[in-house]
Amino acid sequence: MKRIFPFNRHLTERFGFGFLTLLAVLTVTPIVGVIIYILIQGAPAISWEFLSGFPREGMRAGGILPAIVGTLYLTIGTAIFSVPLGVAAAIYLSEYASETGLTRLIRIAIINLAGIPSVVYGLFGLGLFVLFLQFGTSILAASLTLSIMTLPVIISTAEESLRAVPLAFRTVSISLGATRWQTIRRIVLKEALPGILTGVILGLERAAGETAPILFTGAAFFLPRLPHSPFDATMALPYHLFVISTQVPEMPIHIQYGTALVLLVFVLGMNLIATVIRSRARAKRQW
Amino acid sequence: MVMDKIVIENLSLQYSDGTESLRNINMSVKANTITVLFGPAGGGKSTLLRCLNRLNDLTEVKTVAGQILLDGVNILDPKTDTIALRRRMGMVFARPVVLPMSIRQNLTYGLELAGEKRKSRLDEAVERSLILAALWDEVKDRLDDPAIALSGGQQQRLCLARVLALQPEVILLDEPTSGLDPISTGKVEAALQELKKNYTVILVPHSIQQAGRTADYAAFFLQGELVEYNDGKTLFTAPKDKRTEDYITGRFG
Repeated sequence: MKRIFPFNRHLTERFGFGFLTLLAVLTVTPIVGVIIYILIQGAPAISWEFLSGFPREGMRAGGILPAIVGTLYLTIGTAIFSVPLGVAAAIYLSEYASETGLTRLIRIAIINLAGIPSVVYGLFGLGLFVLFLQFGTSILAASLTLSIMTLPVIISTAEESLRAVPLAFRTVSISLGATRWQTIRRIVLKEALPGILTGVILGLERAAGETAPILFTGAAFFLPRLPHSPFDATMALPYHLFVISTQVPEMPIHIQYGTALVLLVFVLGMNLIATVIRSRARAKRQW
Repeated sequence: MVMDKIVIENLSLQYSDGTESLRNINMSVKANTITVLFGPAGGGKSTLLRCLNRLNDLTEVKTVAGQILLDGVNILDPKTDTIALRRRMGMVFARPVVLPMSIRQNLTYGLELAGEKRKSRLDEAVERSLILAALWDEVKDRLDDPAIALSGGQQQRLCLARVLALQPEVILLDEPTSGLDPISTGKVEAALQELKKNYTVILVPHSIQQAGRTADYAAFFLQGELVEYNDGKTLFTAPKDKRTEDYITGRFG
């Protein structure tokens, strides 16, 4: 065998590590770049008036409160529909359903649902909720549309978290005289909860940032007031950003970046919460 | 007179993947004894244990034939209340699995599910079962600590105590000492000798030596068949079947 000097080995290894580190840093650069750029451009626009005021002068001045509140409403609305349904579906798939043609079909449907472009959801929502069910262009219709889009994310992450709970816990629980449901409620769900929450937040975060699904179903170009009921249309941050960036001539640039910054903080804030939940649960986990 | 607690008649079982696990088993288990089921891996011992508390319901079983009578009632009957049955037939598994909660909660889990809410009763059950499992002195001051913090041997005794807290009639143990050191093993075996005064114990031992040490009655299983069943002393000193003799003298297995 050819003799390799330790010196060479070390050199090769250091070169390899260096190369990998460089690649890792490269992947982070765009993200950091976007955040820093938006922060620098948008920060001057942030003021109390900007966050709590209504748009004025054809949205060229004033605040973005209706858009902030609207996005909050849409996120909550999406959670109300998608979380119970998604978690229930995940429990069914992971705990009750045996591998049959039906469950395979459900799984394929979920995977494909996740791959559908969001604008298609928008059109579907327009057809089903706005027109056929006559909810009109409303928070309700938009929330339902976003829910359908969010469901695959919630179902698959929740199912994964449920499956990660060791099978032995279930066997032991049942051998101690528990029913399946008692086992799920008292052990499996409890242990899977942090993972489920993380998935829920990541799904909702995506819903909060989407424009296309709400475009035809609930987003308003401009509203001089806050929505009163789920049947009202609403302004929303991502759509507002689209509007002021493309539809309004002579739009002050700092308001655009200020809006982008608020949306970014909203979404990254949710991300941060998910990360904290996950790491705290991991530290506490007893298996 | 020693009563027959469990009578197994013509029991056969086949898993869905085609493997036959038990073939026409006939045996009876006497109350207040330790009955040992031993033999090489894949012989059907664990499958038989899992039939006794209907834990096989969770696995893909194709056919079960024959019957198992517990105090004269067939527990393989589809109408059997499996929840109640599992409270009467406690099971300790090979790998100690403590539930992700405190020591105390591990012990009260089954009782609370059974509807027991009175704190005095629960506390009493915790102490009684820990004493029986020879664990009380080691954990009495830290009952609210997470159970996972215990050592492997302590965890296995906690699993035994968890079963005892339900005051079952029969205790099924599937290689309960396979992962334990000799000292912990000794403690578990000593606890079993104490337990048989009030319970019927069915044990799958993790070695022939353990089978010999603990058995009042012993059953030798080979590839799904019950080869020989007798009182422990006779079976280990004067086995009738050549295969039993070959196995206990170490010629195979």
